[in-house]
Amino acid sequence: MSLSAETIRGEVTIRHLSKNYTLNGRPLPVLADLNLQIRSGESLAIVGASGSGKTTLLRILAGLENADGGEVLIDGKAVSGVGAERAVIFQEPRLLPWLTVIENVAFGLDTRGVSRAEAKSRARRYVQLVGLQAFENAYPRQLSGGMAQRVGIARALAVQPEILLLDEPLGALDAMTKIGMQQELTRIWRDEDVTTILVTHDLEEAVYLADRILILPREKNAAPRLIEIDLPRPRDRSAPEFVRYREDLLNLFGLH
Amino acid sequence: MSYENVNSTLGADFRLTARPRPVLVLAARLKAGLSPFLARYGLVVGFLALWQISATRGWVNPAVFPPLDVIVSVLWGSISSGALVDDIAISLQRAGIAFAAAVAVGIPLGLVMGQARAVEQALDPLFQFFRQTSALALYPVFILLLGLGETSKVFVIFWATLFPILLSTIGGVKEVDTKLIEMARTYGAGRLAIFRRVVLPASVPAIFVGLRLSATTALLLLIAAEMIGANKGIGFQVMNAQYNFQIPLMFAAILLLALLGLAANAALVLLQRKLCRWAQPAV
Repeated sequence: MSLSAETIRGEVTIRHLSKNYTLNGRPLPVLADLNLQIRSGESLAIVGASGSGKTTLLRILAGLENADGGEVLIDGKAVSGVGAERAVIFQEPRLLPWLTVIENVAFGLDTRGVSRAEAKSRARRYVQLVGLQAFENAYPRQLSGGMAQRVGIARALAVQPEILLLDEPLGALDAMTKIGMQQELTRIWRDEDVTTILVTHDLEEAVYLADRILILPREKNAAPRLIEIDLPRPRDRSAPEFVRYREDLLNLFGLH
Repeated sequence: MSYENVNSTLGADFRLTARPRPVLVLAARLKAGLSPFLARYGLVVGFLALWQISATRGWVNPAVFPPLDVIVSVLWGSISSGALVDDIAISLQRAGIAFAAAVAVGIPLGLVMGQARAVEQALDPLFQFFRQTSALALYPVFILLLGLGETSKVFVIFWATLFPILLSTIGGVKEVDTKLIEMARTYGAGRLAIFRRVVLPASVPAIFVGLRLSATTALLLLIAAEMIGANKGIGFQVMNAQYNFQIPLMFAAILLLALLGLAANAALVLLQRKLCRWAQPAV
């Protein structure tokens, strides 16, 4: 695919981004002068200790919070607030309990004014993509945690975003389900042409899924670091190179 | 394992004796069907039986506690002869209008108040104050303002039924999961869409709690209002029958009220089941 100016989709530029919270009346810097270029179609993982601002960064990118300084550009245009070119997958599935699986998946299409018939057929396609066609008419209450999260993923993909923002999407799942879902995400991202930005606290997950890993420091005067994961996909968790990346990351966090 | 399999291993001559006797099957079915009923209504049945036996055996004064069959036949007689029909109609009309008005005012107002913090903060202390003031204590005030006719009766019932509906609607709206609202926002839903597709459906169960409370309150207030200043209505009949020492008729009117209450509740439960299928455990 040629990356001429017209076809670039889902390129994210972060310029001098800063965000402060106030704690006991004093400003508490969460993000300080962050600069980053995320390539079209790339999958970027953001890791960092708690308090490093990784979730805040994702929420700013999603348009759910405003930055105090700097700007976010998508495909060269500065953005504020939510936008149709971005979809968010949260840690919890956040399904509407009164809608069936297929109605939940169609939700983002309904709100954006896609016709009913079109929304339904598109929703059906994405329900199939996550392997839940047998549960199309089930209510969220009848689903397991992993199934519910897959509905959430299908809902986000159904709006065909340029950028998919994931906030610890597999954090609440058990270890077995999690590995299965990581494999499924790799498969989905291979087929869907989408830039993915994933916040995670699971270093192995970051190495397994990402092209690059952004490590946010807790001390705001320290610079964020970027690590390129140069491994073919699907990745082998037991390959020596994979293990080495993981250990390098652990070392960075002083955990080895 | 079926009986056929048992027979095949035991030989053909066991076939007849191995087949269960129809009477036993019937008894077993009856027992299986009856036990959940007894677990739920056993005490009610026991209470009614005790009443009937005490009255017929003379354990209690039958002039004060007439036997149930007398009460039921008086009730049936006064409905089929048309004697109580007018009273039932006027009572249902009073309670119905008041309840409908409380729904029409309480739910929309609650939906607004639940979402607009400023409105809620301004009105809440006032409502809490009104709510704590017994509607019956205010009934003389309403009579003073609205006269002794239908309006004051309907209004006192409306007043008492409004607050359960209003407060549960506000509570329902305020307890909507903000994470769901945030999710809807990320999909470009505006205020109206969020209200229609998230806030409203999420509040329905809480609203129904208020409706069921209010239906009970409506009947309660209906009787009280009819006892104080009416010449028609079920509540009036309870009082009137007691004055005239028509004790079976008094109990018949009381029984009728209990049945009306149960019917109103059952109707609301049914409606709730229909509207909140998503919240029901799978059958």
